[in-house]
Amino acid sequence: MFQKSTITSNAIITNEEAKIFYEDMLLGRMFEDTCAKMYYQGKMFGFVHLYTGQEAVSTGIIKNLKPYDYVCSNYRDHVHALSKGIPPREVMAELFGKETGCSKGRGGSMHIFSSKYNFLGGFAFIAEGIPIALGAAFRNIYYKQILHNIDDLPISICFIGDGATNNGQFFECLNMASLWKLPIIFVVENNQWAIGMANQRASSVQEIYKKADAFNIPGLEVDGMNILEVIKVSREAIYRARNGQGPTLIEALTYRFRGHSLADPDELRSIEEKNFWIARDPIINFVNYIKNHNLLSDDEIKKIEKKVKLRIEEAVKFAIDSPEPKLQDLAKYLFY
Amino acid sequence: MNKIFMFEALRSAIDEEMSKDETVLVIGEDVGHYGGSYKVTKDLHLKYGDLRILDTPIAENSFTGMAIGAAMTGLRPIVEGMNMGFLLLAFNQIANNAGMLPYTSGGNYQIPIVIRGPGGVGRQLGAEHSQRLETYFQAVPGLKIVACSTPYNAKGLLKSAIRDNNPVLFFEHVLLYNMKQEIPDYEYTLPLDKAEIVKEGKDITIITYSRMRYHVLKAVDRLIEKNVDPEVIDLISLKPIDMDTIIKSIQKTHKACIVEECMRTGGIASEIIARVNELIFDYLDSPIIRLSSQDIPTPYNGLLEQNTIVNSEQIINAIIKQLNI
Repeated sequence: MFQKSTITSNAIITNEEAKIFYEDMLLGRMFEDTCAKMYYQGKMFGFVHLYTGQEAVSTGIIKNLKPYDYVCSNYRDHVHALSKGIPPREVMAELFGKETGCSKGRGGSMHIFSSKYNFLGGFAFIAEGIPIALGAAFRNIYYKQILHNIDDLPISICFIGDGATNNGQFFECLNMASLWKLPIIFVVENNQWAIGMANQRASSVQEIYKKADAFNIPGLEVDGMNILEVIKVSREAIYRARNGQGPTLIEALTYRFRGHSLADPDELRSIEEKNFWIARDPIINFVNYIKNHNLLSDDEIKKIEKKVKLRIEEAVKFAIDSPEPKLQDLAKYLFY
Repeated sequence: MNKIFMFEALRSAIDEEMSKDETVLVIGEDVGHYGGSYKVTKDLHLKYGDLRILDTPIAENSFTGMAIGAAMTGLRPIVEGMNMGFLLLAFNQIANNAGMLPYTSGGNYQIPIVIRGPGGVGRQLGAEHSQRLETYFQAVPGLKIVACSTPYNAKGLLKSAIRDNNPVLFFEHVLLYNMKQEIPDYEYTLPLDKAEIVKEGKDITIITYSRMRYHVLKAVDRLIEKNVDPEVIDLISLKPIDMDTIIKSIQKTHKACIVEECMRTGGIASEIIARVNELIFDYLDSPIIRLSSQDIPTPYNGLLEQNTIVNSEQIINAIIKQLNI
C-alpha cells in the first residue's frame, strides 16, 4: 500500500542502514515515552526534558559517526546518549538515580556522561557545553599534530538549541572553531521554542544558519523531520571535519512534540502549530519511505519494533532492580 | 643553585613539565608571541610552537571551557588568566564544569587543568586589576586553590599542580614576579596541600599567604626586638586549608593572628577561624585576630590604595595588643 511520505530520497541508504536508523529512532521515541510514564509514576524526578519528535536529528547525525568521535549535548540529552551507544539500561538507571546509572546516579537527566562512549555530557546551563565540545575538537587536532598517535581524525559534535544561538559562548566558539579549523560540527536543533520564548521573539536574525557566515563557517539549513536530508548533510559535514576543512553549522528545523520539560504546561504553543508538526512525524514518514522503497519487509519492521520494546522493558526492569548509591560514597568522585 | 626571578621560576616549572609530557600545553591571551603579560611564558612558543603555547582571542569563558573539554579528553592544559580578575568571566566554566564534572559525571571524566595567573593589589592598577578571587572560588567544591609566595615554592608548587589530576587554581601575585631567590638545580616538587612553616616560634601563630607573607616577616623582625617569638605559617594551600599544621601550632602558642590580602568579608581568615573554633577552641587563650583588606573596591589614588590593604605597622600593633605588651 502506497502511503504518503513527506520525505524524498536525498541520501542513498542500504537496507542494513535502514534497519539501524529505524531502530535507533524508535528506541529514542519509545525511551522518552517510557520516561514520561516513569516520571508520573514517581520513579524519576526533577527537570526532565524529552526529545520526542526530534529523533531524525539525533539518529541522522550520530549514526554516521565512528566510536572515537565525541558528542556533546545539553539538557535534552537522553536520545543523543542512546544514539551514541550508551545502553538504554544505563541511561534509565541514571534517571532513576541508581548506582548503575552511567553517571552513577550523581548526574540525573541533565547530566548523562560516558567516557566509554565518548559522550561529554549533559549540561544544565544553556551553551556551557559548547566550549567543552570545542575542547574535544581541539584535543583531536592536538593528538594528530603533536602526539602523532592517531590515524583517522576524530571529530566533535555539539548539539544546541535555538535559544543557545544568542549566547556569547556560541559566538566565541564559532570564532575559535573557524580560526583554528577545528574538526567540529555545530548542530542547532531549532525547535523554535526556548521554554516559552519563541525564536522570533529572541533572535534578531531568524535564520540561525546565517549566523555562521560571520565566522566564515558553512551554514546549512535542513529539514530536521526528514532523516534522509539530515543524513546527507551530516555525511558532508563529517567528511569536511575529518579532512581538515574545519567546522560546519547545521540548523535542523524540528519540533518537540512535548513541552519543554515534564513540568511545562506547554500552554503557549497553539494546537494548529503542534498538529502541523506532528503530521510530519519523522518516524512515521521514514517507515513509509522504507516501505515504498522496499528497504525492509513488514516482518523486518515488526521485528525491530519488538526488539526495541524488549530493550526498553529490560532497561526499566534493570533500573528498578538496581541499588541506590551507598551513603558512605557521598564524597566519592570529588577528587582524584 | 641558581638565583632567579619568580617569573623565571614559574617558566622553568612549565618548561620542565612540557618537555617531559607532551600532553601539557599553555592556553591564554598573549602567552605566545607576546611572551605573557608578566613574562612567565616568554619564548616558550619558540621552543614548543603555536599549538602548545596557544594564543587565544579574548573569550575567557569559552577558552577556559575549551581547556576543560581538552582536559576531559586527554590533555593537561595550563590556562593563564592574563590577570586573575579576568577569570570572573570564566566563572561559569570554572564553577560548573571544572568544579563539578568529575563528580556529576560519576567519575567518567577527570579534569587535570591548572588555571594560573597574577592577582592581588599592585601599584595603582585600579579596582578591576587589583582583585583577589581566591575567596570567591573558595566555596566551590571540587577545586584546589594554591597561592605561591617565593620563587622556590612557586616552581615546586606549579610542577605539582600540573601533575595533579584535579582542577587547580594557582594564584600568583603581581608584585612578586620580580622577587629573586636561589633555587636548586635539581628537580623538585612541593605538595599542594601543605602549609609552610616560615619561622618557628612559641608566642603567637601568625597565619598568612602570598604577598602578605613579606609584610608579616617585616613585622616579625620588629616584634623579635620586643622579645616576641611568633610562629609564622604561610598557608600555601587555600583550599583545602592545612588544618593539621595550624592546629599543631595553636596547640603550642594558644594565640593566633591571620593576615590576608583578600577582603574581610568571607575571607580565607573567616574560614580558618570557623574551623579552629570547631576543632580546637579550648586551646585558644584569646579570640583569633584577623587583618584583612577593606571591603572597598581598590581606589586608584596611591594613599587610598595603601589604606585598603594591611601594612606591617598594623600587624605589629595588632599583635602587641593581642599579647598585652
